[in-house]
Amino acid sequence: MTMKMISRIALVAALGLTAACAKKEPVQLPPPPQEVAPVAEVTPPAPTGPIPGSKEDFLAQSGTDTVLFETDAYDLDAQDKATLDAQAAWMAKYPNVTATIEGHCDERGTREYNLALGDRRANAAKNYLAAKGVAASRLTTISYGKERPVAQGSDEAAWAQNRRAVTVVLSSAGY
Amino acid sequence: MNMGLSMTAIWQHRVRHLALVLLAAGGAGMASVASAQPIEVDVVGGISDPMPIAVPAMPTPANSSTPAGDTESLGRQMAEVIANDLKTSGLFTPRGPAGIAPVAIPQVTAPDYPYWVQTGAQALVSGYVKANGDGTLTIGCYLYDVSAQNELKRDGFVVPPGAWRRAAHKCADLVYTRLTGEGPYFDSRMVYVSETGPKAKRIKRLAIMDQDGANHRFLTNGQSIVLTPRFSPNRQQIVYMSYLQERPRVFVYDLATGKQRLLLDQPNMTFAPRVSPDGRFIVFSMAIGGNTDIYRMPVSGGAPQRLTSSPGIDTAPSYSPDGGRVVFESDRGGSQQLYVMDADGSSQQRISFGSGRYATPVWSPRGDLIAFTRIGGGFNVGVMSPGGGNEQMLTNGWQDEGPSWSPNGRVITFFRTAQGSGKADLWTVDLTGVNERRVPTPLDGSDPGWGPLLP
Repeated sequence: MTMKMISRIALVAALGLTAACAKKEPVQLPPPPQEVAPVAEVTPPAPTGPIPGSKEDFLAQSGTDTVLFETDAYDLDAQDKATLDAQAAWMAKYPNVTATIEGHCDERGTREYNLALGDRRANAAKNYLAAKGVAASRLTTISYGKERPVAQGSDEAAWAQNRRAVTVVLSSAGY
Repeated sequence: MNMGLSMTAIWQHRVRHLALVLLAAGGAGMASVASAQPIEVDVVGGISDPMPIAVPAMPTPANSSTPAGDTESLGRQMAEVIANDLKTSGLFTPRGPAGIAPVAIPQVTAPDYPYWVQTGAQALVSGYVKANGDGTLTIGCYLYDVSAQNELKRDGFVVPPGAWRRAAHKCADLVYTRLTGEGPYFDSRMVYVSETGPKAKRIKRLAIMDQDGANHRFLTNGQSIVLTPRFSPNRQQIVYMSYLQERPRVFVYDLATGKQRLLLDQPNMTFAPRVSPDGRFIVFSMAIGGNTDIYRMPVSGGAPQRLTSSPGIDTAPSYSPDGGRVVFESDRGGSQQLYVMDADGSSQQRISFGSGRYATPVWSPRGDLIAFTRIGGGFNVGVMSPGGGNEQMLTNGWQDEGPSWSPNGRVITFFRTAQGSGKADLWTVDLTGVNERRVPTPLDGSDPGWGPLLP
C-alpha cells in the first residue's frame, strides 16, 4: 500500500513536472525514460474485496464468526441468531464449504465442566445453523473449554468475550 | 526410574508398641504427634509446634563410587531428602544434615544420646549407605527416641544406585508412619500438566515426577493440549485427555513403553477419565451432541456402558476405594452439584447441599472423605463426608481447583491459578487445611494426579 502510494505520488509529480516544463519551455526534450519508470510499477490494480467463498469473505459477509454467551449458559439471543442467520446464508451460497464450530468458556469454571459447557455452546450454534438449512454433515464441533481464551484479562469484560462459539470455515478449492 | 523396582526389606525386625514409651518420655510436643489419638486432633493442636527431629548425614563404611555418585555424597543427600519429606509434612522440624555432627558407622546402631538431647531433637533418624559387590546399594534406616534412648524402628533396602531417592522416601515413610500412626506417602509420584506460554495459547505437556518434584520428566511434547492425567492403580498407566489431531479424546499412556493408545475410537469428545481401583475399568465422560454423560468400559477396550442419562452435564467421576460407588458432578438440578451412584450407575443421589456450586469430586483412598472444588464467590478446595456432611473448606486462593489425594489420604494436592496472568502452579495442603505448600515444578503446573504408593 505504501509503495503504491509513493508510486502514485511519483507519477503525479513526474506528470506535473512534464506539464509545467511543456508550458514554459516547449522546445525542451521530453523527460528521460527513467523519470517515467514509476508508472510501470503502478499497474497492478488493488483487489476489490475478499475472494468469494474464502474465510475472509465469510467474515466480511457474516459480520463476525463469533456468538457470545452469558455465564454458564448456552442459549442464543436475538443478536446471536442474526449472526448465525448471516453465517447460514453465506454457507448456503457456498455449498462445498464446511465449518468447525468451536465452543469456548471463560476461566471461571472447572476444567471438566467447561469442556462439557463448550460442547453445549458449539452444538447450540451448530443446531441453529442446521435448522437454517446448513447440512449437518458440513458442520463439526469441538470444545476447547477454558483452554483458548481470546481475551486475556481476569475480569467480566474479558470473560464475556471468552464465552463464545466461533464458526471456522474450511474453504475448499472448489467452492 | 524403573517402574518394576522392588524394595527388599533386609530386616524383618519390628519394634512394636513403643508409642506409650514415646508418649511418656517425649514431652508435650512429641506426645502431640505420637499419641494414639486421632491425628486430626493432634495436627490441629500440634501443627504449629512440630516435632524436632535430627537427621544427620548417613555415613558409609567405605566410600565407593557408584553411577549415582559416591556413597559418602549419597549419604548426605539421603538425609537431605528425608529431612525435606518430614518438613513438608508439617509435623516435623528437621535438624540437619547441615549444621549437626556427622555420625560414625558404630553410632548408627548406638547413638550418642547425650549429644542428641543437647541438640533439642526428640527423635533421631540415622542410617548408612553401603555399596555392594553386585552394584546395588544397601541403605539402613533407624529411628530412635532421643529422650527414652530407645530404638523405635529400623528397616533396610537394597536398591540400584539410581533408585537411592526411593530408599530415602521409604526411610522417611518409616519415620512418618511410626510417629504419626498415618499411612506412608513419601515414596509416590505425581503426574500433572506442565504449562508454559501465553494465556491465549498455553503449551501443555504431560509430565511425571516424584511427589517432592525430583526425577521430573516430560511425557508428551506439547504439540497437543493434554488435560486431567490420572494414574492407574498399578502405576503402569496414565489415563488423560489429549487434543491429538484436534480430536479431544481419552488416551492411555503406558509408562513402560512410552506409547499412548486411544481408548475409544469414535468421533465424540471423551474426557475426565479415571481407572477403577481393581484396574479393570475406565470411567469417563462422553459428550454427544451437546449432552455429556458418564460411561465406563474395560481398560483393555470394548463397548462403553452408559451410567448416567440425565440431560445435564454429568462428569468428573471418581471411584470409592472399594470400587463399589462413583462420586461425580452433575448440573441436572440446575447447577453443578455432587452425586454418588453405585458403580453400575444405579442409586444416583445428590450429596452436596451447601451454598455455591460443587465440582471435581475425588474419593479419598481411605474412603472417609470426598475432596472437591467449590465455586461460590471464589474457587476453593474442600472436603466432605461421602454422605454429604461435615463439609470443611481447606484453601482460599483466587482460584484453587482439581484436588487429588496423597496415597495415605492425608494430604491433598491441587492447582492454583493466578488472577490476570492465568499462571497456575501445584500446591499441597493437609486435610485439616493447614500446611499449604507449593510443589516445585520447572514450569507452571495444573491438573495434578497423585499416584499410589510405590511397592
